Amino acid sequence: MGEAVRLTNSSTGGPVFVYVEDGKIVRITPMDLDDAVDAASWKIEARGKTFRPPRKTTYSVYTAGFKSMIYSDRRIKTPMKRVDFDPDGERNIQNRGISGYEPISWDEATDIVVSEINRVKREAGPAAILSSPSSHHMWGNVGYRHSTYFRFMNMMGFTYADHNPDSWEGWHWGGMHMWGFSWRLGNPEQYDLLEDTLENTEMIVFWSSDPETNTGIYSAHESTPRRFWMKDLGIKMVFIDPFYNHTAGLIGDKWFSPKIGTDHALSFAIAHTWLTEDTYDKAYVATHAHGFDEWADYVLGKTDGVPKTCEWAEAESGVPACEIRALAREWAKKKTMLAAGGLGGWGGACRASHGIEWSRGMIALATMQGMGKPGSNIYSTTQGTPVDYDFYFPGYAEGGISGDCENSAAGFKFAWRMFDGKTTFPSPSNINTSAGQHIPRLKVPECIMDGEFQWAGKGFAGGDIQHQLHQYRYPAPGYPRIKMLWKYGGPWIGTMTATNRYARMYADPSLEFVVSQSIWFEGEVPFADIILPACTNFERWDISEFANCSGYIPDTYGQCNHRVISLQAKCIEPVGESKSDYQIYAMIAEKLGIGPMFTEGKDELAWVEQYYNATDMPKHMSFAEFKEKGYFIVPDNPERKKTPALRWFAEDREKDTPDWGPRLNNQVGRKGLQTSTGKVEFIATSLKNFEDQGFVDEYRPSMHTYVPAWEGPACELARKYPLGMLSPHPRFSFHTMGDGKDSFMNDIKDHRVLVDGHYYWIIRMNRLDAAARGIRSGDLVRAFNDRGSVIVCAQVGERMQPGTVHTYESCAEYDPLGKPGRSADRGGCMNILTPDRYMSKYASGMAPNTAQIEVEKWDGGIYETEESVQ
Amino acid sequence: MKQWYKVIDVARCHDCNNCFMADKDEFVGNDWPGYTAAQPRHGHRWVDILRRERGQYARNDVAYLPVPCQHCENAPCIDASDGAITKREDGIVMIDMVKAKGNKALAQSCPYHAIWWNEEADIAQKCIFCAHLIDDPTWTPHTTRCTHSCPTDAMATYFVEPEEMARMIAAEKLEAYLPDLGTKPHTLYKNLFRFTLNFITAGVLVDGDCYEGATVTLRSHEGGIACDAGGAGMADGGDTATLARRRTNFFGEFKFDGLEYGEYELEVDAGGKRYAARVLVDNESQNLGFIEL
Repeated sequence: MGEAVRLTNSSTGGPVFVYVEDGKIVRITPMDLDDAVDAASWKIEARGKTFRPPRKTTYSVYTAGFKSMIYSDRRIKTPMKRVDFDPDGERNIQNRGISGYEPISWDEATDIVVSEINRVKREAGPAAILSSPSSHHMWGNVGYRHSTYFRFMNMMGFTYADHNPDSWEGWHWGGMHMWGFSWRLGNPEQYDLLEDTLENTEMIVFWSSDPETNTGIYSAHESTPRRFWMKDLGIKMVFIDPFYNHTAGLIGDKWFSPKIGTDHALSFAIAHTWLTEDTYDKAYVATHAHGFDEWADYVLGKTDGVPKTCEWAEAESGVPACEIRALAREWAKKKTMLAAGGLGGWGGACRASHGIEWSRGMIALATMQGMGKPGSNIYSTTQGTPVDYDFYFPGYAEGGISGDCENSAAGFKFAWRMFDGKTTFPSPSNINTSAGQHIPRLKVPECIMDGEFQWAGKGFAGGDIQHQLHQYRYPAPGYPRIKMLWKYGGPWIGTMTATNRYARMYADPSLEFVVSQSIWFEGEVPFADIILPACTNFERWDISEFANCSGYIPDTYGQCNHRVISLQAKCIEPVGESKSDYQIYAMIAEKLGIGPMFTEGKDELAWVEQYYNATDMPKHMSFAEFKEKGYFIVPDNPERKKTPALRWFAEDREKDTPDWGPRLNNQVGRKGLQTSTGKVEFIATSLKNFEDQGFVDEYRPSMHTYVPAWEGPACELARKYPLGMLSPHPRFSFHTMGDGKDSFMNDIKDHRVLVDGHYYWIIRMNRLDAAARGIRSGDLVRAFNDRGSVIVCAQVGERMQPGTVHTYESCAEYDPLGKPGRSADRGGCMNILTPDRYMSKYASGMAPNTAQIEVEKWDGGIYETEESVQ
Repeated sequence: MKQWYKVIDVARCHDCNNCFMADKDEFVGNDWPGYTAAQPRHGHRWVDILRRERGQYARNDVAYLPVPCQHCENAPCIDASDGAITKREDGIVMIDMVKAKGNKALAQSCPYHAIWWNEEADIAQKCIFCAHLIDDPTWTPHTTRCTHSCPTDAMATYFVEPEEMARMIAAEKLEAYLPDLGTKPHTLYKNLFRFTLNFITAGVLVDGDCYEGATVTLRSHEGGIACDAGGAGMADGGDTATLARRRTNFFGEFKFDGLEYGEYELEVDAGGKRYAARVLVDNESQNLGFIEL
C-alpha cells in the first residue's frame, strides 16, 4: 500500500477509513474495529443463543463509490456566471436553464452576490431572499445545514423554504392524530425492541418496508446481520409492498403486492377478520383505545353498509382474499412485529394519496394486537440496538455551530453546552419563526409565479399536534415577496412533485437573482445566474457520529451496532477552486461586514474542537488524542436499564424510555400518549376539534376511514393513464447522492442503463403490461401523463402485479430534450410525473407514490408543450 | 501449498453492489505496478453481477450471481496467453501487464467473460483477487475489497490447503458455476441452484381457504433427474422415485426448489382431499397458482 496514510471520515452512508497518498484519495473502506484498543461490543442472550454484532462498520453503496463523486468531471471547479447575465444590465432571466456559463474569479462572484444581497435588503428587506438546502447533503455536525448554513443565513437574513416531512408524511399528517409522537413527527419510538424481537417474536410483517434498500436512515447495512439472526430463529417474514423489494428477495417467506394506493384496504380487511373472528386483544383495546367501538361498527359495515371483508379488499387491491385472511389469522395467533415503513414509521405508502389512512391503519392493527406487549409492536428491525443511550453526543439536528434551536429540533439540548454567551455566540433566526415569513418547499413555484399562497402547517410540525393546523400565507403579513433565491444544491427538480413547475419557475421575472451553491453541475444548478463551487466533506474538517441526526429521530444511532464517533479529517485539498461551505460563507460574511461575528476568528478545525468539548467525549480522551486516533467506539453499558418501546404504555406505567417526548404538559401524571385522551384514538379528538372549527378535510376525516386514494387505479385519471406508478426512495443513491455526477453508480446494472452513449433511468413493468405495449427489456420508453414526459429504459419482469409499474424517485440529472419545464426529460426525473396536490386540504404533505401514467415505446420525439400549457 | 479461494453464497446476495463499487474504488484511478494497470472509469465489470428472475407473479423470486475472475486451475486464458497470463503459487491468476499488451484476443479467451479490454491502456484486465493487498502485511482486513465490503457475508475468502477446501466443498455443498467447462475454478458458489435451477410452487386451498399442513410429494417421472438437497430437501429413505415431501405453510403454499429440467409428478393430500398433476420444468420455474380442493 506504499506510503498511504489511513485517515477517518464519515458520510450519510456510514463512517469510513480513507487511505490518502500524495494528496490523493486511494481508497475508502468500512471500519474494522481493533480489539486491542476499541471497546467490546454488546451481546444479547435470547432463546438460548447469544448474539454479538460484527466487529466492523458497514457502508452504503453510494459511500462505497464516493471517490468517483469527489474526482468527477461534473465537479464545479470554479465560480461561474451565466454568459448572458449582467447584474448591471440585461439579466436575461428567460434564458435560465438554456444559456451556458463562463468561469469567473471568487472575488468577482462574491462581489456580485454581496451586491445583490445588499440591494435586495435595501429594496425589500432580508426576507426577500429565499434559500433552502437539500435534505441530506454532506455529513458532519459542524458543516451540516443546521449548523454552518443556519449560522450564516440567519446572520445574513432570509426566508427559509420549509421542508415538508417528506419521509414521514402519512405518519405526520395522519398517525400523529392517532397516537401523538409529534416530537418524532408521528413515528414511534423503537427502544430495545431488538432484544424483545429476538426473545419473543414469531412473525414480522414488513409493510412498505425495505430496510436492505433504505437502511432506516444513514445506518448503511448495520441491521442486515440482525435480520439474519431473526430468520435463523425461525421468525416468519411476510412482505406487503406493490414491488417485490430487495429485503423480501433476501429473507421473505411471502409477498403481497397490493395495487398502488390500496394498502389500507388490506389493513381494514385484517381488522375485519379479527373483529368477526374475535381474535384481537379486547382487554387492551378497552383500556388503550378511544373511539374503537364506533370505528369497529364502521369496519363491519354497520354504519356505511360496506363490510370491509377480505373479498372487498381483494376487489380493491388485487390481493387474493384467502391470503389476506390467512395472514390475519396467523397474525392473531403469533406474536407479531409490524415493520411499518423502514424506520419504524416511514415507508413509501406514507408518501401517497392514501398515506394518511395507511399510517393510521398500521397503528390500528398494532393496537388491536396489544402494541407494547412482549414481541408485539411496531418495529422495523432497523433501530433498537442495546447501545449506550446515556452517553451524550449530539446529532446534526442539535444545531451545531448555529445554536438555532427554533430550526433544529433538539437544539435546546446542545446550544447551552456549545456557547457560553460571552466569548462565543449562537446565531438564532428571527424570520424563520412562527411569526415570521415562510414558504413551503413543495409550493415554491406557486409562491414565486402566482405571488401568493396559503396553507396549513409549517413543514415539520413537531412541537404540538395542533401546530399542523396553524394557518400560513405568503407573503406573510407585512413581509416582502421573494426577489432572490440562494439555492444550496440542485435537487428540487428530482425530488419534489410535478417538478416541471420548478423549471418554469426559474424563468419568472420576479426572481431577479439566483445563486446556486453546489458541488456538482447537475439538477437545476444550470438555472442559476451565479454558481459557487462547494466541496465535499472529504475536503474539509468535521466531526460526527454514525447515523446520528437526533432531532425528530431521537437516538437514531440506535440503528447501529456500535456508536461510532468520527473525526472527519480533511483528507485532501478542495478539488479545483472549490471551497467548503464554511469558507464560502466566511468570504461573503467578510464582504457583508459580519465576518468576525460569523467566524469568531475560528477555522473549521477550531469549531470541531469547540464542538468536541461540548459533548461527553472529553470524559474518554482529549481532543488531541481523538485527532490522532480519528474515531471512538462508545463502550457497552451493561448497567443501562432496558426499556422496550411502549411497554410502559401497554402496562399503564409512567413513560420510562430515554425519549424526549411527550412534553410533560401533554401527559397526565406522566402516563399515556400525547393525544388528549392519552389513548390510541381511532376517532382523533384533534381532528374532531379541527372539524368543529370549520376545517373539514375530505381526505382526512376524524375517524380512521377507508378513504380511497385520490390518485390511484380507481380514480378517474386512471382511465386515461392506466398504469399506477410506484416511485419510492431509490435503491442505490440516497436521494440524489451517488446518482449522476459521472459516478461509478452509473454502471450499476439495476440503477441506470447505457443506451447509445446515455445512461437512462429504469422503469420496471410486469411482463403482461409490457407485452400489451410491445415493450421489451432494454427498450427506451416514454413514461408520461399530463404533467410531462420522461424517457427511461424498460426492465420487464414479475416484481409487481400487472397494472403497476415501478421506478425510483430522486435522480440527480435533469436533461430536457427541448425547452426546460416544457419538454421530455431523459435525465430520469420521475417526479415530473407525480402529483403536486397536497395530501389533503389541510395536510400539506406530498403524495408522489400514487401517480397514474402511461408508458409507450419512445419514438425519439422531444414532446415539447406550448407556453400556455401549465 | 495453501491456495486462495472465494466462496459466494447466492442465497445471501441481494445485489447491493458494494462489491462492484469497492472493486471500482480500488482499481479505477489507481495503478498497481506489478499487478495491474488502472481500470477504466466506466464499462468494466470485474465483479459482474448477473440477475435472474424466477417464477411468475406473485410466487416468484430473484437471484443474483456475482461473477469475478474464477481463478481457474485449468484456466483457458492461460492456455491462450502464450505466457502472458500465469497462475501464482497461491492460486491467483494474473495477467502480466507488459507481456499481454496489445493482445486483444485475451479478452475473448475467458468462458466466464471475466476478462475486459482496456482500450486506452491497450491491455486485457480482470479481477486480481486484490493480490496487491493480499501481499501487503499492513492490509489488516486480509481479504479482497469486494469481500470486505459485503454486508450480508455473501462473500468469503479462504487461504487453505486444497484438501481442506475439498472438505469445505463437500460439507457446504459448494459448486462451480458452469462446471461443464472443466476449468476447476477457485471461485465456488453456495446455493447455486437459486440461479441455475428452478422451482415448482403453488397455494393449496380447501373450501376457498388457505390450507396449512397439506402433504405435497414430488416425484421424478423418469429417472436421472437430480433434486438439489439444499433446495428441495432429501428424498425419503427407500423410495428412490420420491424427490421430496413438503407440508404447506399457513398460506397453503409449498415450494420445491433446485429442480433440473424434466417432468415431475406432484401429489397433494389435504386432509384426504387429493390432487395430482404432471408438471414440466424446462427453462422456467412454475407457479401453478392456487390448487383448489
